Amino acid sequence: MPESVLSETGEAKTRIISYADAVREALTECGKRDRNVLFLAEGIADPSSVYGTTKGLGTHCPDQLIEMPLSENALVGIAVGAALSGKRPVINFHRVEFALLAVEQIVNNAAKAHYISRGRHSVPLVIRLVIGRGWGQGPEHSQSLESIFAHFPGLKVIMPTFPRDAKGMLIAAIRDDNPVIVIEHRWCHYSTGAVPEGDAIEALDGPRVVRAGRDVTLVGTSYATLEALRAADALAAIGVEAEVVDLRVLRPLVPDLILDSVGRTGRLVTIDTGWWRYGIGAEIVAEVTTRRFGALKSAPIRLGMPEHPTPSSRGMVPGVYPDAVGIVAAVGRQMELAEDAVASVQAALTQARGGLPPDVPDPFFKGPF
Amino acid sequence: MIRHGIGPHAARDGNSDAMPAGLEVSNSKARGLALFADMLRIRLIEEAIAARYAEQEMRCPVHLSIGQEAAAVGVCQGLRPDDLVFSTHRCHAHYLAKGGSLPAMLAELYGKATGCIGGRGGSMHLQDPDVGLVASVPIVGGSIPLAVGSALADALDGRDRVSVCFFGDATVEEGVFHESANFAALRSLPVLFVCENNLYSVYTPLHERQPNRPIETLAKAHSIATYHVDGNDVDAVLAATETAAAAARAGRGPSFLLLDTYRWREHCGPNFDNHIGYRTEDEYQHWRLGDPIARLRQALAVSGIDMAEAEAAMTGRMDAEIEAAFRFAAQSPLPVPADAWEHVYA
Repeated sequence: MPESVLSETGEAKTRIISYADAVREALTECGKRDRNVLFLAEGIADPSSVYGTTKGLGTHCPDQLIEMPLSENALVGIAVGAALSGKRPVINFHRVEFALLAVEQIVNNAAKAHYISRGRHSVPLVIRLVIGRGWGQGPEHSQSLESIFAHFPGLKVIMPTFPRDAKGMLIAAIRDDNPVIVIEHRWCHYSTGAVPEGDAIEALDGPRVVRAGRDVTLVGTSYATLEALRAADALAAIGVEAEVVDLRVLRPLVPDLILDSVGRTGRLVTIDTGWWRYGIGAEIVAEVTTRRFGALKSAPIRLGMPEHPTPSSRGMVPGVYPDAVGIVAAVGRQMELAEDAVASVQAALTQARGGLPPDVPDPFFKGPF
Repeated sequence: MIRHGIGPHAARDGNSDAMPAGLEVSNSKARGLALFADMLRIRLIEEAIAARYAEQEMRCPVHLSIGQEAAAVGVCQGLRPDDLVFSTHRCHAHYLAKGGSLPAMLAELYGKATGCIGGRGGSMHLQDPDVGLVASVPIVGGSIPLAVGSALADALDGRDRVSVCFFGDATVEEGVFHESANFAALRSLPVLFVCENNLYSVYTPLHERQPNRPIETLAKAHSIATYHVDGNDVDAVLAATETAAAAARAGRGPSFLLLDTYRWREHCGPNFDNHIGYRTEDEYQHWRLGDPIARLRQALAVSGIDMAEAEAAMTGRMDAEIEAAFRFAAQSPLPVPADAWEHVYA
């Protein structure tokens, strides 16, 4: 029975902390409770400590920190080998793009060892991949490559959006006997929210409705869910009730909650942090049109990055990332809302941003959520 | 994590042929006979596979080790039973030398439910965790980091086990070899990197792929101890392995064994292919004269053993064992389509 920190009412005490701190708490909890948990990263204990998420691990679990040479493919393979011998490695890449160097080990050995061995091997491995965005990150530091990893049976792929999930789902991932790809958005790292103290696990069980509504279902992943929430809040001003679903678990996909939601709303907009074509939204739209075709009142819309690499200059960034303004436009088209009503909502969103350049996070997204 | 003891085969195939009854021999002769029996058994098994391959019952690619038996046997006999071995697409000899079940191996080649992994991997993925053959990976270099990771876990937990990865000469062209070697050396991990240099990557000779420099210098550059030995001399392979394994167990870090050998048959399949133009019959005949089994047979005969008698006894028992194993494979049921859906997730 996992121990947890309980308040007098029997609920785990919560505090408002950042997503990054929530990640750090998850790693620390797991590392202290299970000495087989290993932490591997380039700069695992350096002054920046993987955006602060591994800070202090050296104090709590000094023998579990493995500094990683710049050998992404081998280190994933080494983590798989250690997992086969009883360890529970947590490996981190500062950007998802570095994992491309390790796709061979992720796809062949991590994802298939359990299957090939007919269940005798298991690979309890967590690979944390960070998505960057903004501030000139450019073509090879701001991609959102979740659909690559979500393609492979044998991998679990999760994208926690909120601080509570960042902690709880990471704990669940570390305790899972499968390889779990955890994709963290850098802009989510800054958001804050109520997070339980102690061993507060959150199941890797599928999507959650994070805002109820009757008119349209907005399905987002990670940071895109925050944009969807903002759009939903703004749409409420003109009487549109959008339901926001946070996908959370990309693989194995459990679409039932989304199917039920669209069954009620009849409309679907998906918002990817990555490219819309062949994106996660494409899979969601396919599920819905295949299994709830009759419920649809209008054609689903996929939002995501346009079909070009991400440029560095802020001059070219407007329109690249899907945002609340674009989500409102999509909902307006689906619901055939009056153009001036849509424009007023978009104007309010733009005004609330207060002229911030497009390459930095909006303070709105700090929460608390 | 590896779950033990739930494999499809409980009984092991011991090498009871090592000591012909009534023959009094010294320990070194007994060991020589044991090595001979192990190599001969692998040779007979692989030749039986080649002979039956055209029946179209083994419906998967096969990469035979005929001619390279001394590497597998010398290394595996230099290990403890609890040491771990990681192999490649050319894994039959490693699997057998480490003690993997023959019926389960042939059933795997036959795609049967009784195969060592139930028909999930075929010839290129043989494994038998109960005897320490953890995994065979057909992506060149793919199993090297697994061995290093296993060694990392052992080092962290204070186990004195050794992890061995077998690979071919082309693998040192892969980045993952260097990444793994660098890390193993950095942390002094108990790993043996065993490079079987059979001179070819499929059809491409070594000199077209690598500059004229000794392969072992690549390991030396990672400050790894190296042993360059005649890979068709099973005693030399065994001696190098024992030295390297002892060093690894004593915390002195990894070693790299370069074993010169030769693949007698085609890269993939049962046939000889000296006529198709990438290598010469003369070259093959040169290496054929260096047959590791013939060399040990000769050495044991010189030491006074009646090899005709000893080998006849071995061959008789092995042929019966092999025949029974093929019968087991042929008669075993195929897996059913629903099995393909099992074990996607733990």
